[in-house]
Amino acid sequence: MKPMLAVLRREFSGYFSTPVAYVFIVVFLFTAGIFTFYLGQFFERGQADLKAFFLFHPWLYLFFLPAIAMRLWAEERKAGTIELLLTLPIPLWAAVLGKFLAAWAFAGIALALTFPLWLTVNWLGNPDNGVILAGYIGSLLMAGAYLAIGSCMSAVTKNQVIAFVLSVLVCFIFTVSGAPMVLSFFQGWAPALIVDTIASFSFLAHFNAITEGVIDIRDLVFFLSLIAVWLYANAVIVDLKKAG
Amino acid sequence: MIDIKNLVKQFGPFTAVDNISFSVAKGEVLGFLGPNGAGKSTTMKMLCGFLNPTSGSISVCGHDVEAEPLAARRAIGYLPEGAPTYADMTARGFLDFIADVRGLAGKDRQWRLDKVVDQVNIKDVLDQPIDTLSKGYKRRVGLAQAILHDPPVLVLDEPTDGLDPNQKHEVRGLIQAMSRDKAIIISTHILEEVEAVCSRAIIIARGRILAEGKPEGSAGWRIGEMLAGPGKLDAAFREITQARAA
Repeated sequence: MKPMLAVLRREFSGYFSTPVAYVFIVVFLFTAGIFTFYLGQFFERGQADLKAFFLFHPWLYLFFLPAIAMRLWAEERKAGTIELLLTLPIPLWAAVLGKFLAAWAFAGIALALTFPLWLTVNWLGNPDNGVILAGYIGSLLMAGAYLAIGSCMSAVTKNQVIAFVLSVLVCFIFTVSGAPMVLSFFQGWAPALIVDTIASFSFLAHFNAITEGVIDIRDLVFFLSLIAVWLYANAVIVDLKKAG
Repeated sequence: MIDIKNLVKQFGPFTAVDNISFSVAKGEVLGFLGPNGAGKSTTMKMLCGFLNPTSGSISVCGHDVEAEPLAARRAIGYLPEGAPTYADMTARGFLDFIADVRGLAGKDRQWRLDKVVDQVNIKDVLDQPIDTLSKGYKRRVGLAQAILHDPPVLVLDEPTDGLDPNQKHEVRGLIQAMSRDKAIIISTHILEEVEAVCSRAIIIARGRILAEGKPEGSAGWRIGEMLAGPGKLDAAFREITQARAA
């Protein structure tokens, strides 16, 4: 546990060792605002809720979170510090988990800083704060899933740009697989079972269910097991590279 | 304390380390010599658990590196080639991180930190980010990391590379001072370093051990069948590595 926390602390403070983290957070908040107010038509909807805000999170995360995760392993491999990390008495799971949790905590902070929106709807009307809380929980869980994919892709290469592109690609597949456009493409000829399976892997379906205010255990299990699977793959990839 | 048996490492069709066996006892400083690409670093990486051997076994203080990786790693202090450190951290932050990971706590922790900072002489730069340090300081921070937990086994890959003559002298003095109660392996190209600090040497090329050497008092070093007078080690090295390669 101690080595895991040490890795977590080091990674987390690593985000803030340059101004990039602050710039990142500002751009994230700004973009989230644009999506909510212009695309989501927050005011025009005339409803005191944050649906317009949460609606765009999958698309926002699609580009922002791979950028957070891309450095996790690729940077270590590039700088050679991976040799140091992997020869310290740190169990592999602790290194993988520590890095992931640091990225997740950073994403959590960025998400938490959207609180003025929550204040705004509460000032304008009487929203159902339970639904909003569910939305935040769902958003954080989904962020974890994106980051787990990003962390795994970061372990594949020592080039952060390649890591970024790969994880956007994989995240994109997991995001759009539930979009009506994609599903209708399959609906014409594929059996319903396959269409349902494809749809069930989509972040959109599970996330939208949570933002409705219903935290179904199946949606929680979906995101948590997705995180577990990708982190496991991450550890396997790091371990495989030791074979040369 | 270090026991390597029939170690082989293949990268695809290329054999980087070809059936190497040797051991290092407490109190010994083994010099690992060889031309570039000889397999020195690969051997050290396997010893420290960064690479898995294709076959053969490595044991460190009785712990098999593959079966009990954490126990073996606890016993080792390792300075990888190029002395990688987290460039965005300060020297102090970096050593704190290593101390956390190594599980140093309480009084002992502060004592060890103070001691290594003094040993490698980095007190003046402790609060600077590592990427602003000169090459010599960077390497010394790397060295501090390796000896922080006072390990029984030290593996140093080119510990004096990039240091100026005074710093080289200091580091060699440090290695000698630590050698009494540790088993130390250093890899180097610098043959005067072998004469200065090592109690034994192994010359490898193309992944094989070509010769072993030991100092013979004032007569110099005996390497294989040859006797190299003081300061003549490099001639012997050239003869061995080039004759066998041809």
